[in-house]
Amino acid sequence: MVASLSRTKSTAPKPGELLFTGNDWDFETIRRIHDACEAVAGPELGLSWYPNQIEIITAEQMLDAYASIGMPLFYKHWSFGKHFAQHEASYRRGLMGLAYEIVINSDPCISYVMEENTATMQTLVIAHAAFGHNHFFKNNYLFKQWTDAEGILDYLDFAKSYIARCEERYGHQAVEHVLDAAHALMSQGVHRYPRKKRPDLASEQRREREREEHGEQIYNDLWRTLPAKTGAAKGDPALERRKALLELPQENILYFLEKVAPRLRPWQREILRIVRLVAQYFYPQRQTKVMNEGCATYCHYRIMNALSQKGQLSEAAYLEFLTSHTNVIRQPTFDDRSFGGHNPYALGFAMMQDIARIVEQPSQEDREWFPDIAGTGDAMGVLRDCWENYRDESFIAQFLSPKLMRDMRLFHVVDDPDEPEMRVEAIHDERGYRKMRRSFARQYDVAWLDPDIEVVDVDLEGDRKLILHHKALNRITLQREDARRVLQHLADLWGYDAVLKEVDPASGAVLVEHSASARPIFF
Amino acid sequence: MHIVDRRLNPGGKSLPNRQRFLRRVKDVAQRAVRESAREKDIKNLGKDGRITVPGDGVREPRFSRQPGSGHQDYILPGNKTYVEGDRIERPPGGGGGSGSGEGGEGGENSEDAFHFVLTREEFLDLFLEDLELPDLAKRRLAIVETEGLRRAGYTVSGSPANLALSRTLRNSMSRRIALKRPKLEEVSALEAEIAEAEAANDPRLPDLQLKLLGLRERSKRIPYVDPIDLRFRRFEPYPKPIAQAVMFCLMDVSGSMTEHMKDLAKRFYILLHIFLTRRYKHVEIVFIRHTDKATEVDEETFFGSRETGGTLVSSALVEMKRIVTERYSPDDWNIYAAQASDGDNVSSDGPTSTELLRAHILPACQHFAYLEVGDENGPRAGFVEHRTTLWRTYEALAKAGEPLAMRKVNHRRDIYPVFRELFGRKDARAEA
Repeated sequence: MVASLSRTKSTAPKPGELLFTGNDWDFETIRRIHDACEAVAGPELGLSWYPNQIEIITAEQMLDAYASIGMPLFYKHWSFGKHFAQHEASYRRGLMGLAYEIVINSDPCISYVMEENTATMQTLVIAHAAFGHNHFFKNNYLFKQWTDAEGILDYLDFAKSYIARCEERYGHQAVEHVLDAAHALMSQGVHRYPRKKRPDLASEQRREREREEHGEQIYNDLWRTLPAKTGAAKGDPALERRKALLELPQENILYFLEKVAPRLRPWQREILRIVRLVAQYFYPQRQTKVMNEGCATYCHYRIMNALSQKGQLSEAAYLEFLTSHTNVIRQPTFDDRSFGGHNPYALGFAMMQDIARIVEQPSQEDREWFPDIAGTGDAMGVLRDCWENYRDESFIAQFLSPKLMRDMRLFHVVDDPDEPEMRVEAIHDERGYRKMRRSFARQYDVAWLDPDIEVVDVDLEGDRKLILHHKALNRITLQREDARRVLQHLADLWGYDAVLKEVDPASGAVLVEHSASARPIFF
Repeated sequence: MHIVDRRLNPGGKSLPNRQRFLRRVKDVAQRAVRESAREKDIKNLGKDGRITVPGDGVREPRFSRQPGSGHQDYILPGNKTYVEGDRIERPPGGGGGSGSGEGGEGGENSEDAFHFVLTREEFLDLFLEDLELPDLAKRRLAIVETEGLRRAGYTVSGSPANLALSRTLRNSMSRRIALKRPKLEEVSALEAEIAEAEAANDPRLPDLQLKLLGLRERSKRIPYVDPIDLRFRRFEPYPKPIAQAVMFCLMDVSGSMTEHMKDLAKRFYILLHIFLTRRYKHVEIVFIRHTDKATEVDEETFFGSRETGGTLVSSALVEMKRIVTERYSPDDWNIYAAQASDGDNVSSDGPTSTELLRAHILPACQHFAYLEVGDENGPRAGFVEHRTTLWRTYEALAKAGEPLAMRKVNHRRDIYPVFRELFGRKDARAEA
């Protein structure tokens, strides 16, 4: 049901005229709000965005969207039904409020807004999602590199109908098994780095020539006199060949199974591929939570303030906005009962504000810490550059300022199982700033947070056992029960035995070993 | 910019997901549903469809790190007094600095049971699955319940709203043609001719005028639409067949029946009622209680009041027979009967009851269930189970091949299994 209002722009909002009065809104109001926000976002903030599509939905539809991880269309699986039941139960009992909006990284950028929102909330939501998030999706390097905003909806449509067709042809049960297994491996289904392009002959020849030239340039007869290395570097040629053939070691387990698992049928491989691509699509979002929310929150804050200054928001509306804005960026302290980790909105917004301050009114300390940006005067330029070129980890490592650490009163606690008590490693003081910032940034490094598991070898000559290693960072092992279950799924897909060794990277010792044999459910 | 209103889109987008989910948890859900039937007040069965399934069956495992193992780092906001090098005691319950979000508290508790709510339909579907009404097709299931209207040709009288226009005009046209009513064109052609003749002073003028007069006269005498042409659409009422059933609850209320026994009986009746209402649009219930004489009573009295006196089962059967003959002709009604008793009966009554059942009651019934309710503690171990008078009477009947199902129930938790046994699908059913 499309009720698009493609009229001529006769309602360009004039400064000094209220966009709306009271809480009610209609499509005309939404359009006015959008145009007013656009007038701020473009010229004043210099944002660039995908065309906006704003969709009004009901609470039930919001729950629907929750269940299918926010996407407007998605394939069917029982786990989504489970999540829906979960959300619905807590929503009905009033334990959970629903989000005011969901925004989808697509072109055009779709923002879902709830019909229950007041006009002020719609303004906030449009400023936040349709401009803030939208700008971030369009410009951040991770999204540019990993996601295809234009194609995603078409792809999901394909995925949905493909899986539905598979269900018809091969039965619900069979498809469900594959999806269960693929979902279990979903977080091991992403490429963390752009893959190497397969070399072609011409470029290889060129590189070879360059290498030779370089060798000739730096040739020095003296090197000849050095004793040759003993044969330690030579590995097992069969192993080398196998590894090259199977592209091992491989941390994208779903990719590995899709390409190499010997017994999967083509449709099963395609389903693995679908799950893998969906996981890949969401991977940037996990890495940019703080920045993405920080960007959107900062944008809505600037836009709302600008509207208020132009006299387009009434004071009542402005106060309503401030109430929900402060709720969103509330950060309870560690000893508060409601503390649940760092609030990405709070941290993100505080950092964006802080950067703007450093650029515009730097202190002496800021000039020492951030010589590149301190006092340059163009806050939005600096922020846009951050939003484009960083992810959470690098952003915090680069831009978390001593002042903000002091304001947030951050401190660093280390819990070492070999010691009887936990230790305060660093606090917000001169000696602690850099150490703490480094550890803090690391907590936002997805590669650091996710267990590092990779396929290392396959016993091709023997019983085709698949061998995986988990590099147990800081000796933190996997949760046993879950690991066993996931490994079972993995073995089912592989079709033969699989073994997962948890290795301490420091000493090379095997801490735990899990193994599983394939059940005959796929073949 | 586009604004799209999605509110009118059909809802229930995640219904297929829910169905898949229910299918997934079907076994556990079914067990939970039956569990709830055992423990909960049967009266409210299915009203509150909240069920709990163990998290195990619907778990989505992922590789995740064991929280609290190994070396952990926490960066926390809101420092008040700590300085570098301070020692902090571990909070009870293992690692994890003051419930740090990064620690992912509750990783171990992911086995938690999962709660969700079933709709009443879903609940009853699971609850009554693979149960079947015996001998559903034994006799005519339909009798007149409501009257529907349907088109039935045309009639010459009726209300103007039902006027069948095309049919009426068709009649009128054929009549006009048959009676040669002058057509409008004929008249106007003649008028034109007269006008011409007048102008030319034609001598035929009087003739023509006379002819016109005749035509007009004829038009008047033969009307365009005559009452005789009128036809109305006719509707006739017809009986809408609706399957209906009557359920007879027979219970012994003599002094020997304890509250516990009555409770058992009640639970059984309620189950039967739920089951029948799922199958029949219309279910009536007749309550007959008896001591040494039987009366038809309302539900309240049936379960509530207590009588004293001897026990004469045949009295209830006579009463039932009377009611069946008076109000529920076996041709029109599906008759189900459930009798609950502690098994006491005057021994001389045996042959009378047998004869009544064999000759009158059983042939009229779709299903007759006898439920013998016992003491909560049941027959004590080591004692040979005592066969009651009534049990022996009925057992003889059942052995003779009469369609009579009988079960003994001691405890509330047995009610549902017994019910399932009685109404289980034929192929799954051993007897009865």
